Amino acid sequence: MAFAHLLEVDDIHSHLAVKDGTVRAVDGVSFKVDAGETLGIVGESGSGKSMTALSIMRLLPRSGSIVQGKVTFKGRVLTELSEDEMEAIRGTEIAMIFQDPMTSLNPVYRTGWQVGEPLRIHRHVDTRTSIRAAADLFQKVGIPDASKRVTQFPHMFSGGMRQRAMIAMGLSTSPSLLIADEPTTALDVTIQAQILELLRTLNRDYGTATILITHNLGVVAGMCDRVIVMYAGRVVEQGRTEDVFARPEHPYTWSLLRSIPRLDADEHEPLKPIDGSPPDMVRLPAGCKFTPRCPFAIPRCAAEEPELLTVRDQLSRCWVTQAGATLDGDQGG
Amino acid sequence: MATKVAEAREGHSASGWTPAQPLVEVRGLRTWFPVRSGVISRVVGQVRAVDGVDLDIRQGETLGLVGESGCGKSTLGRSILRLVQPTAGEVRFKGQDLLRLGSRAMRRTRREMAIIFQDPFASLDPRQTVADILGEALDIHHLARTGRARKERVSELLGLVGLSTDFAGRYPHEFSGGQRQRIGIARALAVDPSFIVCDEPISALDVSIQAQIINLLEQLQEKFHLTYLFIAHDLSVVKHISDRIAVMYVGKVVEVSAAKDLYRQPKHPYTGSLLSAIPIPDPRLERRRERIILKGDVASPLNPPSGCRFRTRCFKAQPRCAETEPPLDTVNLGDHKAACYYPLS
Amino acid sequence: MSNAPAIVAAQEPIRRTPVAVLELLRGHRRVAASFVLVAILFLVAVLSPVMSPHDPLAVSPDSSYLPPLTPGHVLGTDELGRDLLSRILWGARVSLPVAFVAVAVGLFGGGLIGLVSGYAGGITDLLLMRLVDALLAFPGLILAIAVVAALGPGLRNAMIAIGIVAVPVYARLVRAVVLQLKQMEFVVATRSLGATPLRLILRHLIPNLLNPIIVQVSLSAGFAILAEATLSFLGLGAQLPTPDWGQMINSGASFLNNDPWLAIVPGAAISITVYSFNLLGDSLRDALDPRLRS
Repeated sequence: MAFAHLLEVDDIHSHLAVKDGTVRAVDGVSFKVDAGETLGIVGESGSGKSMTALSIMRLLPRSGSIVQGKVTFKGRVLTELSEDEMEAIRGTEIAMIFQDPMTSLNPVYRTGWQVGEPLRIHRHVDTRTSIRAAADLFQKVGIPDASKRVTQFPHMFSGGMRQRAMIAMGLSTSPSLLIADEPTTALDVTIQAQILELLRTLNRDYGTATILITHNLGVVAGMCDRVIVMYAGRVVEQGRTEDVFARPEHPYTWSLLRSIPRLDADEHEPLKPIDGSPPDMVRLPAGCKFTPRCPFAIPRCAAEEPELLTVRDQLSRCWVTQAGATLDGDQGG
Repeated sequence: MATKVAEAREGHSASGWTPAQPLVEVRGLRTWFPVRSGVISRVVGQVRAVDGVDLDIRQGETLGLVGESGCGKSTLGRSILRLVQPTAGEVRFKGQDLLRLGSRAMRRTRREMAIIFQDPFASLDPRQTVADILGEALDIHHLARTGRARKERVSELLGLVGLSTDFAGRYPHEFSGGQRQRIGIARALAVDPSFIVCDEPISALDVSIQAQIINLLEQLQEKFHLTYLFIAHDLSVVKHISDRIAVMYVGKVVEVSAAKDLYRQPKHPYTGSLLSAIPIPDPRLERRRERIILKGDVASPLNPPSGCRFRTRCFKAQPRCAETEPPLDTVNLGDHKAACYYPLS
Repeated sequence: MSNAPAIVAAQEPIRRTPVAVLELLRGHRRVAASFVLVAILFLVAVLSPVMSPHDPLAVSPDSSYLPPLTPGHVLGTDELGRDLLSRILWGARVSLPVAFVAVAVGLFGGGLIGLVSGYAGGITDLLLMRLVDALLAFPGLILAIAVVAALGPGLRNAMIAIGIVAVPVYARLVRAVVLQLKQMEFVVATRSLGATPLRLILRHLIPNLLNPIIVQVSLSAGFAILAEATLSFLGLGAQLPTPDWGQMINSGASFLNNDPWLAIVPGAAISITVYSFNLLGDSLRDALDPRLRS
């Protein structure tokens, strides 16, 4: 197979029509995912992280559309495929799991039947075989009593078990890319730990590349090889997880890391919050979108938007760090 | 009104309470919700949301209350304020058992306590302006003699939570989540309470806003000598803000201790696994960490396991755990207590 | 919204003064338009004795079946030669009060049941709801007929009967919304401040009930007018020869082939009235919701 990267997202722009205007939900996002790696996308609600995933899957809501850009998966340009061709890829090559496991399974069908559905559609197996396969998958994702559980309806599953079932369904066709959109946000921490452990195991055992979308920096730290930080529809920082956490090169990442309480903090220090609120996506400021909240902003930031350029070990969209300055507490405080 | 307050104060001293004692003493508190079914709504079971809790909240401290969804932490908070009616037990506030107060006396006592909610969208009446929302508490307790006094107090409250006084005439939907939560906090402060239950006050907010609200709560606590019961599922937030922490599992407090000790030396296996489940935003540390991954799901409060309720998921469970329920002082290190026969060392 | 500084805030019971209503009309064109429409209807009802060109009861066999736009009879005449315009104008005096009273009976009866049932819960709720279910078990019209049969025919009893039919609708609606509101945290928040149940109901539950109620009122006003027409047709409502829209439609229906306007004209009157109420309800709902205000 002659492709350089498993997935290449190239300058994607996706717009959403809302009541009072157009939201540039994804505004020029580019990144690559290699086989077997785990890429984290972090950002707050409205940062465009979920819309990026939905753009890759071409599952944007009706009010949204990809207006520019190219997504290439295993050398095929997804953004140019017909809807039928895209459907074939969605069920088999790329799987997606969502935040809310409570609504992602249909309450009127047995779980085994639903989890086996991709196999019936894409591998043309009969119902019996598909349900037997579902039982095997249930075992793989750690659902006990698999052969009994496949005959049960979704309401008999807890939130964690449903998310496992969703993961089982995603894995049924052995995809090479799994997109997990806030897969543990609706779950309790001990259940979150179970699901993250499962995703880690699957990544290790089957080499499934994973895009993990989350707002939780701790989850990224434990799961991802590389991380993309999004703000206002843009990538503001991108790099190896260790580098980004050890030495953030964008003030947003820098401030975010200092604003969250850490379990391992020794002494009680007041948190250093980020001022202001996330931006109104319909009326974005000119220049760098983080400027109004940025402790490092210089006059140029409000006037001109920086590009995403290499700063030391990673990429950053910031005039200050691109000019060679470092982010540290004295400047920011 | 002044006489009323004086009476209330006398009432407290009559019960023998002094500020050296815990502000809130919860004893044997039970809040069960009947499960009904059928045409005649027969009671077919009881959800034991809070099932025998003893807890002290000391004057001026922040007591963190953590646990997973359905463990009863929110019900406990509301039971203490008597916003849900407990089934049995005592809640002594300044020495006075709230559960035995008549409805009129209870309403008067509400001046001294308040609650801040998780959802800044559902907790503000969409049909009231900010001035109405903040003024309501003043109206109820007759705290503003004149319209002018009311207006001034509303402005003052807005200032306290860092909002512009121009916002008084606006409706909740015109604000962002963080701003709404500030309005909710201002409402809690309106009656000048000494005790505030913070029920997951930041978990619905954007990550970049959470720290603002945590810091605000801390500043207000210092300024007004508030006592907090801080309920959350996120142990890192609770550890940051709390002096002491109580951990709940299926209707019971299983461990209570100073915040630092709880993190350094958890005794209950549930606390240990809860701590290990919380991701730390540090990749090097996070990858080296040893994790306790619990099996299974949280037990049902409708039909809790015999003995220790955690035994069905516990990695240290022994036959004894199924037989009798360990009381909270099974491990008793003074300020650090845990309900476990085989505690972590 | 600011409070007049002179008023003691704690004892200030009413804030929506007539001035607020005027402001509402000024700020919302759709409300103003539909308000004017409904006002005209009421004006017609009040002024019909003055406005009618003819006696609505005057029979003149010579001029029967005159089509609309005949000089002297703008809307034509019926089979007995009675002037249709006059009958329509006088008919408004029957239909509008019926709609008004029936909706009031339904709203207050049902609203009260719903409020008590939803707020109190428990055994009270259980008993009240079974009572409502019993009412709901009868088809609306049959129930109305039964009530009129028990009370005796006549317009007043017809209004009561139609109102009773509307009771379960309001009771269920109000109860459902109250149950929903009771779960909302702002209600718990208000209780935590020490509010009395009365305050909670007046200040928080009822304002938030307005939306669904206004919509329901406009719908059931239409239903009431139609139901009254049916009852009158059966001889249980307005008694002959009182001019009544429902009766006019029903008697006109026999002449639909040759002289369709006999049914169309009162039908149009009912449609316009129902539409006006719906429009008013619809626009009020939008205007009263602060979330939809610009």
